[in-house]
Amino acid sequence: MAVVFEKPKTLTDATLHYCPGCTHGIIHTLVAQAIEELGIEGKTVGVAPVGCAVMAYNYFTCDMVEAPHGRAPAVATGLKRALPDNIIFTYQGDGDLAAIGTAETVHSATRGENITVIFVNNAIYGMTGGQMAPTSLPGQVTQTTPYGRDTSVAGYPVRVCEMLSTLDGVAYAERVSVDSVPNIRKARAAIKKAFQNQINKKGFSIVEVLSSCPTNWGLTPAEALDWLRDNMIPYYPLGVYKDTTGGEK
Amino acid sequence: MAKVTISENICKGCGLCTTVCPKKIVVLAHDILNAKGYHPAKVFDMSLCIGCAMCATMCPDCAIKVER
Amino acid sequence: MAERVLMKGNEALAEAAIKSGCRHFFGYPITPQTEVAAYMAKRMPKIGGTYLQAESEVAAINMVLGAASAGVRVMTSSSSPGISLKTEGISYIAGSDLPCLIINVQRGGPGLGGIQPSQADYWQATRATGHGDFHILVFAPATIQEMVDLVYTAYDKADEYRMPAMILADGMLGQMMEPVEFPEKEANHQIEKPWATTGHQNKRPHNIVNSLYLDPNELEQKVVERFKRYEIIKEKEPMAEEYLVDDADIVLVSFGATARIVKSAVNSARSMGIKAGMIRPITLWPFPEKVMQKVAKTASCFLSVEMSMGQMVDDVRLAVNGEKPVYFFGRTGGIIPSPAEVLGEIQRIMGGAK
Repeated sequence: MAVVFEKPKTLTDATLHYCPGCTHGIIHTLVAQAIEELGIEGKTVGVAPVGCAVMAYNYFTCDMVEAPHGRAPAVATGLKRALPDNIIFTYQGDGDLAAIGTAETVHSATRGENITVIFVNNAIYGMTGGQMAPTSLPGQVTQTTPYGRDTSVAGYPVRVCEMLSTLDGVAYAERVSVDSVPNIRKARAAIKKAFQNQINKKGFSIVEVLSSCPTNWGLTPAEALDWLRDNMIPYYPLGVYKDTTGGEK
Repeated sequence: MAKVTISENICKGCGLCTTVCPKKIVVLAHDILNAKGYHPAKVFDMSLCIGCAMCATMCPDCAIKVER
Repeated sequence: MAERVLMKGNEALAEAAIKSGCRHFFGYPITPQTEVAAYMAKRMPKIGGTYLQAESEVAAINMVLGAASAGVRVMTSSSSPGISLKTEGISYIAGSDLPCLIINVQRGGPGLGGIQPSQADYWQATRATGHGDFHILVFAPATIQEMVDLVYTAYDKADEYRMPAMILADGMLGQMMEPVEFPEKEANHQIEKPWATTGHQNKRPHNIVNSLYLDPNELEQKVVERFKRYEIIKEKEPMAEEYLVDDADIVLVSFGATARIVKSAVNSARSMGIKAGMIRPITLWPFPEKVMQKVAKTASCFLSVEMSMGQMVDDVRLAVNGEKPVYFFGRTGGIIPSPAEVLGEIQRIMGGAK
């Protein structure tokens, strides 16, 4: 019998600390698979965020750097300018990338830094206990919007892929989801492409991955994926928002 | 023929694998508590497994190995 | 024999960094240090280095963190408000045991303040470059040549002790021009950095550069180890200039550009029969406590002169430890005290000429 699926070698033996059913685990696997399949583990350096994935440096077998909250793209810029032949990626949540880190996100994108950004969007701040995120939906109940996000007080969500796609420095921006196996497969392809782009020196690549947070959404893992599908996908449509990479493999 | 190996003590009993199996042969074992206190997933009839690996694809903890 | 050239302080700092092997500069314009960035923008591309104007001082210090993790010599430069922006990043760099060089060309504060010279970031540099228990090396040049020499020293010490180093200059030093020489360094003078995240190439375990230690025992241990290094630094690395202190009654304490003015006042006082002297700390952290303690045995009093409301005077008082009185004179807001003003203060304290 041949192995059809097993844990990638680019994930360490450490037990993931994420909640049961948290999609971070799925996305870590997709990133690890891309690194393994492309054979780049030896020259990859990842930048971990502040958020639930803060300990991502314990889960990937490549060199890792812990960045201050929101600053991962700037740290990645420093790494890439010092190590232009290495593969540098960031792995960030919605607070990290779209709240405190908005300037670093926009400017690393517009500079066309040749890095790969993995953006985990679950419309909530998980690590600190479920507060509103810049991507929380209108009407969504969170710890800091206990009556539902009121857009007249708390404003509107940010659509990151759409926003970044207006920048000339962005080579590839795609939004994917991990709510179902077919979508996970598409997400895997997008993430692998985002790393391949860096190998091919195409410029800035970002994959926004719609994700769930069962614990802070107050749902079971399976219910959370249904909520994602029914509420987040309509607001954050899946698809390619920018691709100037010419479809090279 | 196909075989699925689920690491009982890595599994967190999230149940996502049970929702995607096309043969509906993956369930949470309510008679077992693993080291972390979860009910791990298990396949109750391996002879029906087609090795599609949808369970493993869905597993956030890479607790599932699939062979075919 | 190195060539002597006439250079502006800001530009000399930049050139000294390049001569020390720095090939990555991340900065942002702010008066009165923008020339550092502008000079780097011209020089770095010509030598295959990186000049990157970041979107903010926050982004710049984080780019420094990234490049420092990669094991290269890297620099950022700013002025007072911009240094405030960097404090989170500096804390992370210190907490990750990374070396780097930060330049602060001080201006009047607080807030937007002014653009004229100041020394009011002393507390920030020696006490509060970020949250948590840590120190950074702080060097205070008083001449353009010293700015150059201290950049070389700062990089070597930062690498040796794995911590950030700061050159605490001010707008006067940044803008003035003096002749300087740049000693040539051998190409491979930099130490090995086996901890750097350069990609493990499947030849070693993976490196993690990190400052998060959730287990309090582990975090305490990390901090205690770091402080053991600081004890070694406090033993070996303090630097100060002693000027006419051996028989001095009143010993002025001053750093940076202010020390030049104070030296003038000390000389005038001497010609009037007042036995004045000066201690000029060159390292502000580690503060030259032993020099203070030695001179406290023979001096009658100390006078700290600063371009601030009195910040270094705290450290003078701590070092003198009550043995002799410690006075303070300063101007702030961007005003540079004149030698006559300082002399006036000496006379006031010493009760006129002897």
